[in-house]
Amino acid sequence: MELIQQTVNALSIGAIYALIALGYTMVYGVLKLLNFAHGEMFMLGAFFSYWLIAQVVGSSETLSFLQFVGIGLSILFSCLLVGLVAMLLERIVYRPLRGKPRLSPLLGALGMSIVLQNVVQISVGPGIFAYPTLFGSTRIEIGGIGINRTAIVIIGLSVALMAALQVFLQRSRTGVRIRALAEDHEIARLIGIEINKPIAAIFFIGGALGALGGVLYAANYGVMQFSMGTIVGLKAFTAAVLGGIGSVPGAVLGGFLLGLLETFAAGLLPKLTGGLIGTEYRDVVAFAVLIVVLIFRPSGLLGRPEGTGEASDKKDF
Amino acid sequence: MNQPHPFPGFSHAIVRWGVLAALVGVIFFAVPLMAKVYELRVLNNLLLYMLLGAGLTIVVGYAGLLDLGFVAFYAIGAYSYAILASAQFDFHLPFLLVLAIGTILAAFTGLLLGYPVMRLRGDYLAIVTLGFGEIIRIIINNWNGLTNGPKGIARIDRPDLLGWQITTPRDLYLFLLVVVILVYTLVFRLERSLLGKAWRAMREDQVALRASGVDTTRLKLLAFALSASIGGAAGVFFAASQRFVSPESFVLHESILIVVIVVIGGVANLIGTVIGAFVVVIVPELLRGYQDYRMLLFGLLLVLGIILRPEGLVPQRYGIGWILKKTGWR
Repeated sequence: MELIQQTVNALSIGAIYALIALGYTMVYGVLKLLNFAHGEMFMLGAFFSYWLIAQVVGSSETLSFLQFVGIGLSILFSCLLVGLVAMLLERIVYRPLRGKPRLSPLLGALGMSIVLQNVVQISVGPGIFAYPTLFGSTRIEIGGIGINRTAIVIIGLSVALMAALQVFLQRSRTGVRIRALAEDHEIARLIGIEINKPIAAIFFIGGALGALGGVLYAANYGVMQFSMGTIVGLKAFTAAVLGGIGSVPGAVLGGFLLGLLETFAAGLLPKLTGGLIGTEYRDVVAFAVLIVVLIFRPSGLLGRPEGTGEASDKKDF
Repeated sequence: MNQPHPFPGFSHAIVRWGVLAALVGVIFFAVPLMAKVYELRVLNNLLLYMLLGAGLTIVVGYAGLLDLGFVAFYAIGAYSYAILASAQFDFHLPFLLVLAIGTILAAFTGLLLGYPVMRLRGDYLAIVTLGFGEIIRIIINNWNGLTNGPKGIARIDRPDLLGWQITTPRDLYLFLLVVVILVYTLVFRLERSLLGKAWRAMREDQVALRASGVDTTRLKLLAFALSASIGGAAGVFFAASQRFVSPESFVLHESILIVVIVVIGGVANLIGTVIGAFVVVIVPELLRGYQDYRMLLFGLLLVLGIILRPEGLVPQRYGIGWILKKTGWR
């Protein structure tokens, strides 16, 4: 009973990690860039949607049908908005640094992360905001087990979007171009693939999915803060690396795996060690597992082995 | 030889020695006499970050391995001193002994981390080192029995150098200045040595180097251990100068700042590292008047700087060697 409850919790946080990890992994796959500003897309998603939902709901106690639709549209709109922010970021910061020494775009990303966090902190203040529990806290009985409605929405929505992304990458023209670019930049350019549009598309999709992750995270835990993107972004990044950075299915696998690891490590650690090592070592377990996995599979669980594609040829400086 | 000399008249030995003497006079005598206590504290901070920058330059700059967990070694050095020379456990080992212990411990940890992860390519290494940094921080934060947890360790002994008690910020400034000059000389010699050349070759083409029979794993481990030892030593100095350590000082943000120091000034270039430390320590101080907008402006300057000068502020070829050559020292 409690085991199932815990598994559902693990899967919902895992789904959020996976959503964010997709943005990291797609950008890395094509540009070989560690986009450190991606965690801020997650944060912006929560803040934009908070503001929009507040406009829709106002001070009314009970919600009308129209307001329900309004909330849905607010979430959608904030994801699209953040997608545009991510595109803008690519256009202004990363594109001029394309083909430059590899650490330069990394530094640009770090700088933008500082900028975005501070813009939000200055405009709304450094406090913690209470985020509305959008999907209600009622439990739904499935086979005699009560499951939190928010968890069902999170898992359902994320899985549906990840499947849609996979179809998009496999079937659509832009998707094929993106995969070609990820395969080999030079060859893709040689056969006449326009590179700016697919790259912009990646940033848009990644940013929008990250923003949705932010909405779901804030709705699940009921809080948000300007600095929330740092630690969750780091976890999602870990998930992407665990699954094999550059691999879309890998990011999904890594996200769910990290969610499970964290939740169960937190529960089991005190029991296994007789209280010597407590739940506060949860993140240590996550990182230790990452290190062990990388020792045995240096490219992550589903990543391509070293030596293929452009990544290994590209100089660091 | 037919080219006009970039600094005319500088080749005269008297001029050269004169400029050097003036430089020494300013940084050793004028600055500590003129600067206020607050300014000296900022300068000491600058010197510490210059040390950290030199340490990370070895791994990131010379060997081309992206290390995002450098602060872990800094923490190990700092906590070595805090535990072995404070009222916490009533151990009061002499400063120089702890300096040796902290340095060796950090180097050893560097090897321990380096050994399993050597097979990893650049970006995987980045996340593993980042994770390692977090692991160390979490352990420090929670191992209350040893580190006193989030409360940190206070009442750390003043450093005592064979009878010279370092008490004022002025003493500390002079002491750190000498350390920085020593470490930079050492690292510069390293850059010029065969080892330095091997690191550069590894950075440019690892496969070719391995094919010519060089053991790249050993090279990487050496880079890790040497840079970690400088990080550990810097940690000991940090603990001795603050006389208080807590996990707050060793967060990921700190590692990232050190990477910024190494990259923004110009990678694999010690002059660039010095300038990077100025950017990271002095620029936020100068922006202090803008209060809330300080970090925002800092971030914007960082982004603008890297877009305008993607190779860093000082390109690699204009290093210490270039200055020495152009001014006729070599």
